[in-house]
Formats: sequence, C-alpha cells, structure tokens
Amino acid sequence: MDRIPILRMGPFLLVTIQVDLYDRLALTLETDLVQMVNKTGAKGVLIDISAVEIVDSFMGRIIGNIASMSKILDAETVVVGMQPAVAITLIELGLPLKGVHTALNVERGMQLLNTMIDLDDDTDDEETDD
Amino acid sequence: MSVSISKIFQKKKSAILELWIQNQLKDEGLREDLISNDELRASSEELIETLVSTVKESNINDVNSDDFEPVLEILAGISMTRARQGFSPRETGLFVMSLKEAILTILQEEIKDDPTALFAESMKLIRLIDHFSVITFETFIKGREEVILRQTDEIAEISTPVIRVWDGILALPIIGTLDSARTQVVMENLLQEIVDTGSSIAILDISGVPAVDSLVAQHIIKTVSATRLMGAECVISGIRPEIAQTVVHLGIDLSTIITKASLASALKYAFTLLKLEVRKTPKEKTSLL
Amino acid sequence: MVISLSKDVMRILKDHDVVPFRNRVKEKAVKIKMGLVNQTKLITAASELVRNMLKYANGGDALIEVVSKGRENGVRLTFKDKGPGITDLSLAMKDGYSTGKSLGLGLPGTKRLVSEFDIKSEPGKGTTVTIIKWANG
Repeated sequence: MDRIPILRMGPFLLVTIQVDLYDRLALTLETDLVQMVNKTGAKGVLIDISAVEIVDSFMGRIIGNIASMSKILDAETVVVGMQPAVAITLIELGLPLKGVHTALNVERGMQLLNTMIDLDDDTDDEETDD
Repeated sequence: MSVSISKIFQKKKSAILELWIQNQLKDEGLREDLISNDELRASSEELIETLVSTVKESNINDVNSDDFEPVLEILAGISMTRARQGFSPRETGLFVMSLKEAILTILQEEIKDDPTALFAESMKLIRLIDHFSVITFETFIKGREEVILRQTDEIAEISTPVIRVWDGILALPIIGTLDSARTQVVMENLLQEIVDTGSSIAILDISGVPAVDSLVAQHIIKTVSATRLMGAECVISGIRPEIAQTVVHLGIDLSTIITKASLASALKYAFTLLKLEVRKTPKEKTSLL
Repeated sequence: MVISLSKDVMRILKDHDVVPFRNRVKEKAVKIKMGLVNQTKLITAASELVRNMLKYANGGDALIEVVSKGRENGVRLTFKDKGPGITDLSLAMKDGYSTGKSLGLGLPGTKRLVSEFDIKSEPGKGTTVTIIKWANG
C-alpha cells in the first residue's frame, strides 16, 4: 500500500507531499504522523507542498487536521513551499487554513519552528520562576 | 452594343497601369521616403494583374464573390505593410482610390458614345473598388492595432520592475494606472519573484499610481493575503492622500494590511522584521604618534 | 454563442476517479493555452465539485468540453448527479466567508474561481452544475 514517507530532522518531522492525496492515503498520513509525533516527542511538523499543484478544501482539511492533532501533542505545524498559483487560488476560494503557520521553504520553516519553540521555553521558564 | 468591363480591362491593362502609376507619382502625398518608385510599380502591377484576371461579367456585381480572394489578399498585404512602415491611412487609401480614377478615365475613353452604358459600367466599377477600399482601411487599422498591442505589452513590462533592494527584500514600484487586469499580473509576478528569490518581504510602492478603485483595492488585499499564505510578508507604501480618502469613503477595510507612507519607511520596517540595523560607522581614532 | 469543440464524459463513482478526472481537465486547459493561475483555479473548482458529487450523491457523470465563444476558447465542465438535490439553492450559494458559516458545499468559493457558474437542482431528483473557465479568465 502507498505510504507517504515521514523524515526525522532533529526535533522536527518532515513530510513531503509529492502525489495526489486520495482519501485512504490522507487518512494513513494523519495516523502515521500523529503516531510519530508521539513516539519521537517531536516539537514541530513541516509539511512540504512545493510539489503540490492543487490544494482543494479536502487537502486544506487534511492540513488543518494535522495541525490540530499535532498541537494537542505539543507540536507546531508549518506548511512550506506553497506555489503562487495555489496561494492565489486559496485566497479566492476562501479557505482559512486556521492554526497553520507557513514559510517559504524548509529552511525558513525550521527557523520559524525554532523561534516558536524558544518562546515556548521562555514562558515555561517564567512559570517555574518563584 | 453591350459593353464588358472585363474585356476593356484585358484590352487596356497596360494603359490603366501607366495612368495609375502616373497619378500616384503626381500626388503630393507620395512618400518617396518610405517606398521607392520601383516598389510602387511592382505592387501596382501585381494588383492590376490580379484584378484583371479575376474580374468577370459574372462577378462584377457581386463584391463579396470568392473570386476576389486573391485581390483581397494582395490588398491586405499592402495595407498591413504600409501600416507597419508608418504610412498614414490617407496615403494607404489613396493607393486604391487613384486606381479607381485611372480605370474610370479609361472607361470614359472606351464608352464615349453611350452615356447610359458608361454610367452603368462606371457604377459597377465604383461599387467594386469602394468595397476594396473599405477592406484596405480595415486591414490598415488592424495593422495599427497590432502595433498598439505590442507597445502595450512592452509598457506593461517596463512599468513593473522588481528590485531586490536587499537580501530577502523586494521592492515593486508601480507606475501608471492600475486596472483590474494589470493588478492581477502584478500580483502573479510578485508572488513568483518571492519564490524565485526566496525573499521574505515584498514592498509594493504605489506612489506612482494616481487612483485606486474598489476592485483594485480588493486585488491588493488579496495579494497581501496570498503573500502571507506563502509564508512571506507584503507591505504597501506610497499611498497618496487622495487614495487614502477614497479607500475610506468606499468602506474598504485595510486594517489587516501594513501600510507605510514612503518606500524608505517601508524599507526601515522591513529591516526591523529581519532584525537588521543600519548604523553610522564609528569615527576613526586619530593616532597621537 | 458558445460552441462545443470536443466532448469527454467521465463516470465518477469512487474516490480513485478524482485524480484521473483532474488530469483530463488539465490536459484540456493546457491544450487551449490557459495560463497557470487560471488552470489552477479551474482544476481546484472541478475538484471541489467532483468531491461534492461523491460525498452527497454517491457519484455521477462529469462532462468535459472544450468550447469557444467568438475568439475566446474555454473549458466547460458539467457535473450531473442523481442525488438528493439541494432544497435551498440561495442558501447554498450564500457566501459564508464573513460569517464563517456556509452549507459546506463550498459553492460560493468555487463560483469565484470560474468565469461562469450555473446550478440546477431538484430535491429528490438530482443536481447539475455547469462551469466555464475561459483561457484568459
């Protein structure tokens, strides 16, 4: 059965979507990702959609789901590499993509995740200050 | 005695040609700078040959006949070329109309005994040649329109440069009226440039834009949203006070958009976003030795 | 007068049929030299509509046509299903963009992506959605 590979990059997980997601494949991805976030204690998930030419509401929902599930497990999600035509279409379609951060590429995505994690750590420190 | 224009044509072909060329050369509007006498003779000959070979008794009353295709082709070719070379419509039109004069003159000589017949044949001829004239004009205009279209494209290219002002910062100064179509092109260019250069901030400067209507404003808002969706930021600078006024009166909400008065302040803001600072270099310490 | 230049019918019965359908639409769009942004809008709209058909009507037929109107060329897609139909069309077409609420069919958004949009529905009988995207938008 087809499976989308999930790579580990330090404290983060990287998913590169290169094929058209159909129902079963998308569900498998959600399950696999959530399991891995849990298993590795990953702090961030990067979804690379630079090879994706069409993002419809189905795909939008999957991305939103992944972001929500990861957040519950204390991981932030960043979508990277959105193509201009896709961005323009999503704005016109009115797809909110809530709770999803975006960055231009994997490198920037990781920088963004690091910043968010640092802020998290700072707040943690403040809380434990007595 | 029945008269046949086509027979007269065959018989008097060279006479018509010579008279026509004479008329053209005599005309004050002749553009010797744009076309040589030889070229003039060549195109005149070509047209006469084709005209004589296609005009028949059967089609002289039918200006739309398919038989005249070759004539129309030649006329179209001449017209297009002249449009591109810079001939005026009048100069191009005169080419066909002076032919009409030449033929009518010859007709008059050939049918001088029968005014009724002369009139009838002349009318047939005039109708035909006028139809050709109109086609010549239409093709001329089409030729000019192509020039205009090409120039419009060139202007569109020049008036939306994309400047990399710094690592990761793009500036797009827009000059001239922004209509809905142009704004879409600007938007697509901007987003593609962001991807190609890996820039995280784009400054759209509209100080060269005199007015913005609500459709254009919507497009600008969409452009900013699309930029953010891709993970970059878009700042609008150079909004004229008149535009600020119009935007508020139109009830357009720009509160989610970052606007700066000038490109300079937008650049400063961009530096802050990238955590960059511009400082004066310290004065050189003078040695006391 | 819109003239149809080519016709292609595809049965959409399951999830796996979506991607080949999208690819066929893309083929036609590329053939009439539609720009990338317009292509993306068209295929995204097609994807939305075809998924609606699968989700609410158990599938249906999708007709892909290359059409022309004067000098303009375009792609026309017709989605026909025998599903439950939509009872309140005006509600379905209402833009929930600002209120965050919509019937979930994504129709207002889809309409914005295309040049022409038409929907006919009879509760209990089925729904037919026709969209046209001209090559130049």
